[in-house]
Order: sequence, then structure tokens, then C-alpha cells
Amino acid sequence: MNYSTNEMMTVAASRRLGNSSVCFVGIGLPSKAANLARLTHAPDVVLIYESGPIGAKPSVLPLSIGDGELAETADTVVPTGEIFRYWLQGGRIDVGFLGAAQVDKYGNINTTVIGDYHQPKVRLPGAGGAPEIAGSAKQVLIILKQSHRTFVDKLAFITSVGFGEGGDHRKRLGLPGNGPVGIITDLCIMEPEAGSNEFVVTSLHPGVTREQVIENTGWAIRFADQLGETAAPTETELQALRALEARTAAAHGQAGGDE
Amino acid sequence: MAEILSLRQAVERFVSNGDTVALEGFTHLIPTAAAHEIIRQDKKDLTLVRMTPDLVYDLLIGAGCAKKLVFSWGGNPGVGSLHRLRDAVEKQWPQPLEIEEHSHADLANAYVAGASGLPFAVLRAYLGSDLPKVNPMIKFIDCPFTGETLAAVPSVRPDVTVIHAQKADRKGNVLIAGILGVQKEAALAAKRCIVTVEEIVDDLQAPMNACVLPTWALTAVCVVPGGARPSYAHGYYERDNRFYQQWDPIARNRDTFTAWVDEFIRGTEDFSAFQAKLAAQQEAK
Repeated sequence: MNYSTNEMMTVAASRRLGNSSVCFVGIGLPSKAANLARLTHAPDVVLIYESGPIGAKPSVLPLSIGDGELAETADTVVPTGEIFRYWLQGGRIDVGFLGAAQVDKYGNINTTVIGDYHQPKVRLPGAGGAPEIAGSAKQVLIILKQSHRTFVDKLAFITSVGFGEGGDHRKRLGLPGNGPVGIITDLCIMEPEAGSNEFVVTSLHPGVTREQVIENTGWAIRFADQLGETAAPTETELQALRALEARTAAAHGQAGGDE
Repeated sequence: MAEILSLRQAVERFVSNGDTVALEGFTHLIPTAAAHEIIRQDKKDLTLVRMTPDLVYDLLIGAGCAKKLVFSWGGNPGVGSLHRLRDAVEKQWPQPLEIEEHSHADLANAYVAGASGLPFAVLRAYLGSDLPKVNPMIKFIDCPFTGETLAAVPSVRPDVTVIHAQKADRKGNVLIAGILGVQKEAALAAKRCIVTVEEIVDDLQAPMNACVLPTWALTAVCVVPGGARPSYAHGYYERDNRFYQQWDPIARNRDTFTAWVDEFIRGTEDFSAFQAKLAAQQEAK
């Protein structure tokens, strides 16, 4: 089956989520990938949304982080304060699944501002739940489309911390979780290099060249010695994804979750 | 005991110029009708607190009611930017807007601390983040027992909190169901609390452990059917996703925004008249 680069990105991200994981899900692309995982290889994955649903099993993608279907299909719905206090800070989240406006080579995330904070060129929505998810989840996955503008050498603002300045900086900062383990884009998969914790390309999606990745990265991106090729989406994965998107469009009158 | 009042009376009596106001509701039960009434009564110099400013604070900011915003995520969910918020921050229109920016975990904890009568909240957060550099209200303390560095943020203690809920009984006890966000904490953290509800019933029929705010902890209860639109009220109506999309072009431009507010909010007597006018416009389209 033919597939788009966006579909490849979502499928590749969904594969990173194990069946026994407890996953704190960001809205948009992370929510799409996490629900695709639940609808394919990980039916028992536990999806937690910051609005309060624990164990949400929506049949369509939510447009907002607090859509009613998340509550209706959840095992339980708790107050937002409890989500962050007991379940995230309490150390019960295996995987934090985040989107970003910009990311740097150490997996730090900017969702706050482009330009100077006090005289911004572009004011972005802000932190939301991401800083503490990035800090406290045992692992973090980041999903976003790759371009010069999104993969930058230096972030204007560090909203959520990956490996800080690299090396053991994250550990020295005292953040409890292990930090980002993968950045999944429409071109490739990046993972932190042992020691430096700099993100390097470990897998190219089918048909993508090194040059394309270099052109679309704002720092001197490096490639792992053992560079893999991402397996193309299977028919099962694509059908599940397209059915999910079709149900979402029918329910909301708009495509959900690409933001 | 909460008084059962019209929303107009409640805002007249309990929201003053210069107040710190929290309109809470996390994507669910957003008190839109109350935001409209604050605009109709032209309240000024408000410090607005809310985790997700959403359309309600886009409205209040663009209408010139706000001098400061305390928040943690300012977007139009599923659509994009809040243009009035951005215009105020980027271009100081219609007036400069001071912003105090937190994360969700921080503000949620700050409401819990406010409801708990504490001066500050403590949480594991912000190490390595730039947010403490631009928000001096975020500080770090050492745990007196373990030495761990933890974040400390001031509790949120609004002068008045406004929330929307499904129903109240005739005494003014309020039942909230579905996604609760920080509504209970925001209500209990405030000096005064106004609750708008879909309906008043004889008996709440609240299950044990349901989220019920007792009348004696509230200031006013107002019946405003549809008062959370375009957000949703679980069991009553769904989220109006289309309106969130329609909001984007309305709010993108200063003139279209002001014309919309003049026509639909300042030009209507109350939320019921607003809804009738909006429905008529939608039908004509």
C-alpha cells in the first residue's frame, strides 16, 4: 500500500509504545500515535490524559485534551491536580509522549516563544503539562515533523528539558526520569548517542536520503554507524490509522490531531 | 449559603474592577456565559487566572478587561493560536498585558495549595527549564528532610472564582460530573465563588463520592442553560468544535473581533439572548 510521510511518522511512533506501558499522552500527534498503538499491537496500553482520564479508550481522536469521550471510555476520571501529583510526580508513568514546536540536539523542547521572551516574534501556547512529563516520566518519546525551523541548533526558550546541555547534565539537574529515548519525525528516527546524549539518526524511513535529513535539520546532524531503515507501515497499521482518522473526521467535522 | 441569583446580579455584586478572577473548567464546563457578562458590565483591570485561557480569556483580553494573565497553556485547542492573547502580548493591543506563566502541574498544585489555605505549593519541577528565568514567582527550595531541590510557587487565591456545573439543588448545593479539571480546588481557593449551572433540581441524586460543592462553601448559584458553550457540559451538550474553528477568523483581526463583541455580547441583554442571536446567524449562513 502507498502511504504518506505523515502516516509513516505516526506508525513509527506508535510502534515505540509497548503493550504493558502506562503512557501520559499529549494532544495532537502523540495522541494519534498512542491510540494507533492501542488499536494495533498494544491493546492493553494505559493512556492517561492531563485533564483527568486514566485508561482512556476513545474510538475517535480527541480535538481537545478534555473531550467527553476520553472520560466516558476511561477506567476512572480524577481531578487534574491528582493526575500531576499522584500519577505523574508519584512515578507511575512509563512513557511520556510529547509533541513540540521546536527541539534541539539534546531533546530539549520549546513550546513557549520564538524570539525574545519579552518581545516575542511568535508567541506559542506555552508549557501545558510538558515540563513535568518530560521531567518525571520514566521515558519520553517526541514526535514532530522535521524541518529547519523545528529542529534547531539553539532553542529560543527551553520549556521542557531533555538532556539539557548534553552528557550527564540531565542527571546533574536531578530530574527523576531517564529523559527522551526517541524523536520520531516524518523522515527518520533519532535516538540519543550513548555518553553525549546527542540525538543521532538511527533509522531512515524508506526512500528518505541522508541529504534530506541534513537539509531539514538546523544542527550538524550525525548518523549512527549502524543506520537502520524503518519498516514501512503494514497494511494492518495503515488500515487502522486511516479508519481512526475517518472516524475522527466524521465525528468532529474536521481531521483531529494534526496540530 | 449560596444565593440563587441571576448571572447579571452575581457579576454586579461579586466581581469588582481590579479583582483577581479565575474562570476555571478544563476544556469541559468552561464558564463562557460569565465571561460574556463580565464584558457586558465592562469590568476593568482584572488579573485573570486560568490554566488554559481558551476563548473565554481571548474574549476578556481583547475586550480590554484584563491587565494581567496567569496561565499555563494558551492555545485554541485543535485549531491554533488565541489571536487576542497573542496580539496583547506581541503588540500590546488593546492595552499591555502582563503575563505570569507557569506549567499545568504548577498551576494545578497552586490551586490545591490555595484551597488548602497554604501560602505556596511545592512540586518537583522546572529544573533546567527557562520558565523560572522569566517568572520570578517560581522559586526553588531545599527539602528540609532530604535536601532535594524542589520548586515552590505561590498558591492561587482568587478574589472570585467562577465555574460552570451541571446542576444545583434549591439550596444551592452543586454537582459536577465528568472531567473535573481544577474546578473544586479553584472554587475552594477563592474568597467568593459563583457557579453557573444548567438547571436547578429538587434532588441532585449524587452518587456517594461524587463531586458536590456544598452550598455553604459557595457565594452565588445562577441558572444559565448552555452557559459553557462552545465547550461542553457532560450529559447536556457536546463541544461545538465548529465554533472553535469559526473563532479563529473572528479573533484574528482587531476589527472583526470588536465588531463581533459589540454585536453579539454588548449588543445582547444576556447569554440567552446571545445564544438566540448566534443561532439565528448560524441558520442564515
